Amino acid sequence: MEKVLEVKDLHVSFKTYGGEVKAVRGVTFDLHKGETLAIVGESGCGKSVTSQSIMRLIPEPPGRFDGGSIVFKEKDLTKLKDSEMRKIRGSDISMIFQDPMTALNPTLTIGDQLTEGILQHMNLSKEQAKKVAVQMLDLVGIPSPQVRLKQYPHQFSGGMRQRIVIAMALVCQPEVLIADEPTTALDVTIQAQILELFRDIQKKTGVSIILITHDLGVVAQVADRIAVMYAGKIVETGTRREVFYNPQHPYTKGLLNSVPRLDVDGAELIPIAGTPPDLFSPPVGCPFTARCPYAMEVCDKVYPSATKLSDSHGVDCWLQDERAQKLLANR
Amino acid sequence: MLHYILKRLGSMAVTLLVIITLTFFLMHSIPGSPFNEERATSEAVQKNLESFYHLDEPLYVQYFIYLKSVATFDFGPSIKKSSQTVNEMLGRGFPVSFELGMITLIVAIFSGILLGIIAALRHNGLIDYLAMTVAVVGISVPNFVMATLLIQQLAVTWGILPVATWTSPKHMILPTLALATGPMAIIARLTRSSMLEVMTQDYIRTAKAKGLSPVKIVFKHALKNALLPVVTILGSLAASILTGTFVIEKIFAIPGMGKYFVESINQRDYPVIMGTTIFYSTVLIMMLFLVDLAYGILDPRIKLHKKEGK
Repeated sequence: MEKVLEVKDLHVSFKTYGGEVKAVRGVTFDLHKGETLAIVGESGCGKSVTSQSIMRLIPEPPGRFDGGSIVFKEKDLTKLKDSEMRKIRGSDISMIFQDPMTALNPTLTIGDQLTEGILQHMNLSKEQAKKVAVQMLDLVGIPSPQVRLKQYPHQFSGGMRQRIVIAMALVCQPEVLIADEPTTALDVTIQAQILELFRDIQKKTGVSIILITHDLGVVAQVADRIAVMYAGKIVETGTRREVFYNPQHPYTKGLLNSVPRLDVDGAELIPIAGTPPDLFSPPVGCPFTARCPYAMEVCDKVYPSATKLSDSHGVDCWLQDERAQKLLANR
Repeated sequence: MLHYILKRLGSMAVTLLVIITLTFFLMHSIPGSPFNEERATSEAVQKNLESFYHLDEPLYVQYFIYLKSVATFDFGPSIKKSSQTVNEMLGRGFPVSFELGMITLIVAIFSGILLGIIAALRHNGLIDYLAMTVAVVGISVPNFVMATLLIQQLAVTWGILPVATWTSPKHMILPTLALATGPMAIIARLTRSSMLEVMTQDYIRTAKAKGLSPVKIVFKHALKNALLPVVTILGSLAASILTGTFVIEKIFAIPGMGKYFVESINQRDYPVIMGTTIFYSTVLIMMLFLVDLAYGILDPRIKLHKKEGK
C-alpha cells in the first residue's frame, strides 16, 4: 500500500498558566492511499491536537512542536514556512471540523465560502470556480445547488451545513481529508447519512481519510484501520477486525466493554475506573497503569516497547512481553 | 426592502411630530419672552409685535399655526434678527456643521477601526498596550478639554496650526481632532474586543484550514463580523458628535448651526429654537435609520424586508 502521510514520533506541548501540558507524546502512524484511519480515544487524549498539528493549525504560542516529523509528499510539514504551508492547506490536505453550526462564516454566502478555496489554490476564473462549487454541492447531496450558492449558512439545517463543510474541504480534490469528530454535533439519523456520504466520496475520489472520533459506533461503520490513543500516545493500532475482535491493550478492551452491545443478551456495561493521568507531568511508564486491571510493577516504571502482532496490528503493552506471558500461563 | 423603508419613514415622521410638540410646549413654558429687554418698548409696539408673530393667540392656536408652516418647510422669520428667516440661518450654518460632523465621523470611524484591528492582531503586545492607553485617554478627556490642550500646544506653543475659524483645510485639523478623539477611542476599544472574539471563532479556523492568507482572513472573514457591534453604537456616537459640535464650534469660532441654537434659547427666539431643534432631530433620526440599513447589509441574518408569504 502506498503511503500518503507519515507521522513519526510527534511531540506537541502547550504552555499554560499552570505549566506545560504535553498533549501529544510521540505519536507515530502512517496513512495509506484511499483508506480511512480512525483515531479513537477519550476527551483530552490528544486526538484533535494530532490532527491539527498535521494542518499546522495549532496556535503557536501557546502550542509548540517539540519534535518528530510529519512527511507528506517527501516534505516535512513541521519544517515548512507559513506561506508554503498555506499552499498545502485546503488543497492537498483539508480538514472538517466538529460543529457545522459554527464552522461557516455567518456573513458570507455559501457560494463565496466554497469558491474562495478554489480561487486560492486552482488557476480558475470566477465562473469556472462557481461551476466546480455547484458540482461539489451536487456531490454531497444538496438539492438545487445553483440557488443554494447564493444563500447564507443560517438558511441551512445542521446536516446540510455539515455537507457544505465537507464540500468545502473536498473542493480542491485533496489527497488527505482530516475529519475531526464530523458527526458528534449531529443527531443519529443525520450521522448515518453523513457517514454514508464519506464512504461514497471515498469511492468516487479515492481520498485518504483520517477520522478523529470517540464514537466506536462510527468507527465500526467506516474505518479500515484504527489507532487507539491514550494520554498523548497511540497504544494500539490495527485493522478494524483486529481491534474489534482481538483487542490486546487493556485500554482498548476497556473501551469496547463500555459500549452497549446488541449481540450479547444482558451484556453489562463496564466503565473504565479512574481518570486519565495529568499531562502536566505525564507518568514515565505506561500512562494506563493506574487504571489497568492487569498492571504489573514494571508498568509504572518503564514504557513498554511496541509489539508487532501482525503486519498491521501493533500494541504498546508489557503483557505482550514473553516474561509476562509466562507469568500469566503459570498463574 | 422598500416596504421597510416606507414604514421607517412613517415612524420617523411620528417621532418628529412628538419632538416638535414637546419642544414647542416646553419652550413656551420657559419664563420670559423675546421682547423682554432692558430698553422698554411702548405698549402699542409690543402689542403690534406680538400680533405679528401670533404670540397674542392662545398657545394651542399658535401650535397649529406653527405646524402648518412647518408642513410647508417654512420655519418662519427670526424674532431677534428680524432681517433673517430661520431657513436662511440653517442654510448658512448647516453646511459648515455638516462638514465638521462628517469629517469627524469619518476620521473617528476609520482611525478607530484601524487602531482596533492593529491592537487586536498584536494582542498583548506593545502596540496593543499603546493603542489602548491612547483609547482610555481619548474616552476620559472631554472634547472641550482636548480642544483647549490642542490649541495650547499645537497652535500657541508650536504655532504650526491656526488657532480658530473654519476657512481652509488646515483650519479644520484641530477642531476635527478635538471632536474625533472621543468617538475614535470608543470605536477602537470596541473593534479590538470584538475582533479578538471573532478571531477565536470556528469559522476563522475553517478559513485558515482553506489556506487563505492572514490578510484575507482578517478583512474578508473577521472584519465584517467584528464590525456588527461597532455599527450598533454608530447611531449614539453620531448623536454625541452632533452635541459635541455646539461646544467645538463655540471654542474654535466656527460659523455653524450650534451658535444659532445656543443663542436662540437665551434670547427666547422661538422660531429659531424650533427650527434648529427640528433640524438636529431630523439629522439624528436619519443617522439612526442609516445605521439600521447598514446593519441589514452587514449581517444577512437580519432581515429588513417583510418575510415572504406573510
